[in-house]
Amino acid sequence: MPLSPQSSSKGLETYQGPWTKQTTTHLLNRVLFGAKQAEIQEFLAKGLNASVTALLNPTDPIPSPPLNEYNTATVIDPAVAPGTTWVNQPTNDGTINGLRRNSYKKWLTGVMIHQDISIREKMTLFWGNHFGTEADTISFANYVYQHHDTLRKNALGNYKTMIKAVTIDPGMLRYLNGYLNSATAPDENYGRELQELYTVGKDNTVQYSESDVKAAARVLTGWRINASFNSYFDATRHDTGSKQFSSYYNNKVITGKSGAAGAGETDELIDMLFAKEDMAKYICRRIYRWFVFYYIDETVEKNIITPLATIFKNNNFEIKPVLTALFNSAHFYDPLYIGCQIKSPIDHVIGTLRKTNVIFPNAITDYADAYTHFNNMVGQLTNFGQNLVDPPNVAGWPAYYQSPEYGELWINADTLPKRNKFTDLMIETGYTRNGKRVIIDLISFSKSISSSPSNPNQLIQDLFDLLISTEVDQTIKDNLKRQILLSGQTSDYYWTEAWNSYQSNQSTANFNLVNTRLKALVKYIMNLPDYQLS
Amino acid sequence: MKRSTFLRNSLAVLTPTVISGNPIHVLNNHSMVEPDVLANVNNDRVLVIIQLNGGNDGLNTVLPINQYGAYYNARTNIAIPEKKILGLNGFDATGLHPSMTAMQKLFNNGQLDIIQAVGYPQPNFSHFRATDIWMSGSDSTQYLNTGWVGRFLDNNYPGFPDNYPNEVDTDPLAIQIGSITSLTCQGPIVNMGMSISDPSAFYNLFDASEQAVPNTNAGYELSFIRRISKQTNKYATRIKAASDAVKQQVTYPNTSLANQLKIVSRLIKGGLKTKIYLVNYGGFDTHAAQAVTTDTSTGTHANLLGAVSEAIGAFQNDIKNQEIEDRVIGMTYSEFGRRIKSNASGGTDHGAAAPLFLFGKNVRGGVFGENPTIPNNATVGDNVPYQHDFRTIYNSILKNWFCVKDVDNQEIMLKQFPTLNLINASACAVEMKNPVFEKNAMIVAYPNPFSNLSRIEFKTEGGHTLVQLLDTSGTVIKLLVDATYSYAGMNSVTLIASDLKPGVYYIRIQNGIHQYVKTIIKI
Repeated sequence: MPLSPQSSSKGLETYQGPWTKQTTTHLLNRVLFGAKQAEIQEFLAKGLNASVTALLNPTDPIPSPPLNEYNTATVIDPAVAPGTTWVNQPTNDGTINGLRRNSYKKWLTGVMIHQDISIREKMTLFWGNHFGTEADTISFANYVYQHHDTLRKNALGNYKTMIKAVTIDPGMLRYLNGYLNSATAPDENYGRELQELYTVGKDNTVQYSESDVKAAARVLTGWRINASFNSYFDATRHDTGSKQFSSYYNNKVITGKSGAAGAGETDELIDMLFAKEDMAKYICRRIYRWFVFYYIDETVEKNIITPLATIFKNNNFEIKPVLTALFNSAHFYDPLYIGCQIKSPIDHVIGTLRKTNVIFPNAITDYADAYTHFNNMVGQLTNFGQNLVDPPNVAGWPAYYQSPEYGELWINADTLPKRNKFTDLMIETGYTRNGKRVIIDLISFSKSISSSPSNPNQLIQDLFDLLISTEVDQTIKDNLKRQILLSGQTSDYYWTEAWNSYQSNQSTANFNLVNTRLKALVKYIMNLPDYQLS
Repeated sequence: MKRSTFLRNSLAVLTPTVISGNPIHVLNNHSMVEPDVLANVNNDRVLVIIQLNGGNDGLNTVLPINQYGAYYNARTNIAIPEKKILGLNGFDATGLHPSMTAMQKLFNNGQLDIIQAVGYPQPNFSHFRATDIWMSGSDSTQYLNTGWVGRFLDNNYPGFPDNYPNEVDTDPLAIQIGSITSLTCQGPIVNMGMSISDPSAFYNLFDASEQAVPNTNAGYELSFIRRISKQTNKYATRIKAASDAVKQQVTYPNTSLANQLKIVSRLIKGGLKTKIYLVNYGGFDTHAAQAVTTDTSTGTHANLLGAVSEAIGAFQNDIKNQEIEDRVIGMTYSEFGRRIKSNASGGTDHGAAAPLFLFGKNVRGGVFGENPTIPNNATVGDNVPYQHDFRTIYNSILKNWFCVKDVDNQEIMLKQFPTLNLINASACAVEMKNPVFEKNAMIVAYPNPFSNLSRIEFKTEGGHTLVQLLDTSGTVIKLLVDATYSYAGMNSVTLIASDLKPGVYYIRIQNGIHQYVKTIIKI
């Protein structure tokens, strides 16, 4: 048994091995919220290069915004008609903002379940974790939408552009108190996290000082939010003195400027941060941990992180070239990394729903029922420790930064049983509202993913290929076949006959015969510890 | 101390030397009877650790009444009105936030230790790094992958998790209430803790068979998940039975902290042998609007402290009713305190040292150490310098509550730390004695104020003695003495300060139970 995580010595050279169902599934599992069978077929045919290009160049429009589905008998949003969007109608009403924040979470769950076939949603989530804002603290729901909309629109663009936008985004100004930061009363909150979490990081080699935090806070003074909910620069609150940075930043001085020019200091500050090699490396490490594995040793640092950082820098901090290099690399497809990520709650919940083709009511034409069902999933995610757009603090979820456990932090004696309960629930009863049931339909699922569902060996193999990334011993599969699909018999014919009888005569008796066995089988597979990996 | 080598249930009770009438609990100890044969972690003691996430504002929690003017000037927009501060019997100089009535009551009953200005030499102002430092028990420049509780448990339960549970050790070694896993319990190989949020409901997990795992990272993670799965199944029945066994509890407030402590009380009473429970309560990162402008004794921070105080009060009542209060102590901590001067947003930014509470029937009770010195004209960067190293608290708990031997403690804490007498002497049958020196005799600086040179005279009781120079941000900038003396007596060292800017500095001495801070001024 290996006692420690391992690193591959392979680097960013292009992967030359065969493009198989396994490599395709690996790429899609990491880039989407779990790969569906149809997607695997499509990208298997494309080959490596075209697959990466397609996944990094989304063509679908940005998802249409969340709707008012939250009116209750006692609380009615006066500004927004039911079924229309609230994102352009900011309000100061705390109750309504609370309802809208929940509406946002439900909507986002729907967006992820019905994601476009590109990396966009997973990158949006990556940046949401990276900036770590909490909707609950931001409080104003329209800022929450706007903040994540900015992240989604910039998700594959230029990181410097994104940082500039985020720095003066009203949601961020509220979240880290930037709007309170003034010459007479500097507030260090954003000035600190901008360095520690958003740019140069806080590894032990990074030596910026407390005085740099204070100087950055002074540079950032003057940003405000006006009564119409937009951010603006108020020169009268800006600290016009010069700001001296430490030797870590080459003793840089940002000369204080008065009037509207004061806003330009923010750009100068960001330029100074981006000039540090530590910045590019820090971002590349975060990307690596998100998409590959948490373990970064000297080999990975040398063969992957440093060259990725160079690509990042040479491309003027465009994000796409970094991802292109990573997903085409021999390193990414090294068998050491296949299936080694512990699924985040989002990967577990959304991945289960996607892979099994669970059908939800239409999010626009049948929004009330759809959002209620999405809300059940929001509740599951929260139970598993991933409250959407409300991470525990500004560092995001600990699974992406807390050494030495990282992703293992998702799994413990509390969350593991809950995760199993969830897949059991989706198989057994699902959720019902107004007669609309959201459940894993095992028969159509089996039909859609298996080349020959009447053949028990093939069916089991196809289920494992789709649902499990690790190699599982053939004896286990044989046992499953005999004990579950064949009810202890030895001849494969019993399953084939049951399946075929149901196809020709869909009586309740025939349905039950097949469905109870599929339930037991798929529950078993999803209860395997292996199912927690992706 | 490996478990095979110690005697079980052999806690002979020595009559403690009772020290009474002296309210200053910087008393006694260090040279004490080495409780060799008595040392035995296999007692029935329990420690409950309450983490206050976000960095609690210590100066609005434990208030320096004797410096009220300077305190008020430093934070006029959030200062607690003097007349509202809760007094502490026998300690006129110090008080509690008005919302902490339940903890005031505990204090006046001798069931609360207030340990002043707890921190470490080079304070870190990042939430995450500072939390790691507290959880791992590391130096601020040291990166550890284990937690202090994890090392303690690993030392006493070698080989965990193989062969656990067994006939003797039937229960999880540590329990974290909630869905998260904490670095605190991380041992050298595995996390020694188990997380649960609802002890009455368990789900039978897949019985992971002993198939080999592939030699890949997936194999590595798979073995981790199988271990959790196995552990959960093994302990589930015991935990559920313990939880179900307790039918009656006092009424707790309906806060997340109180609900967590309620579960802890139930599991202890229900018979689990678990030694460490971890709970947490968030929201202390009060950068803005921490108090209501029109009544600064109310608002966000007041609500947080009120919730902590009420939850601890209810817990203490409950464990008294359950007749388990002899076996349980609790500790609060937060990753850092906050700045002395408030900001104009009506909040406080990340700071350095802050007070820490220990509570329970078997703590000694009292204020340990002195109020931090508040500068008359506090500036934005001013911090509370640390008097007590946080690891001396851990060390004292291990030694005087769990009766861990010094040699093991050094292994767990990774170096030698002094012990404070925070816990009743009888707990580990330690002998306590009066201190050789009073505080004022411990450290003298002259001239003070000084220009380039100052002579620092200090007394030591013998043994390891540390004299440090700190700046107003709370950071150690010079190490003046780091030596072990074989005798008690007077020593001196010359502080050469030609490289220092004029201003306020602090001299800190640490020797045995003594941890003092003295203000000096360079002109």
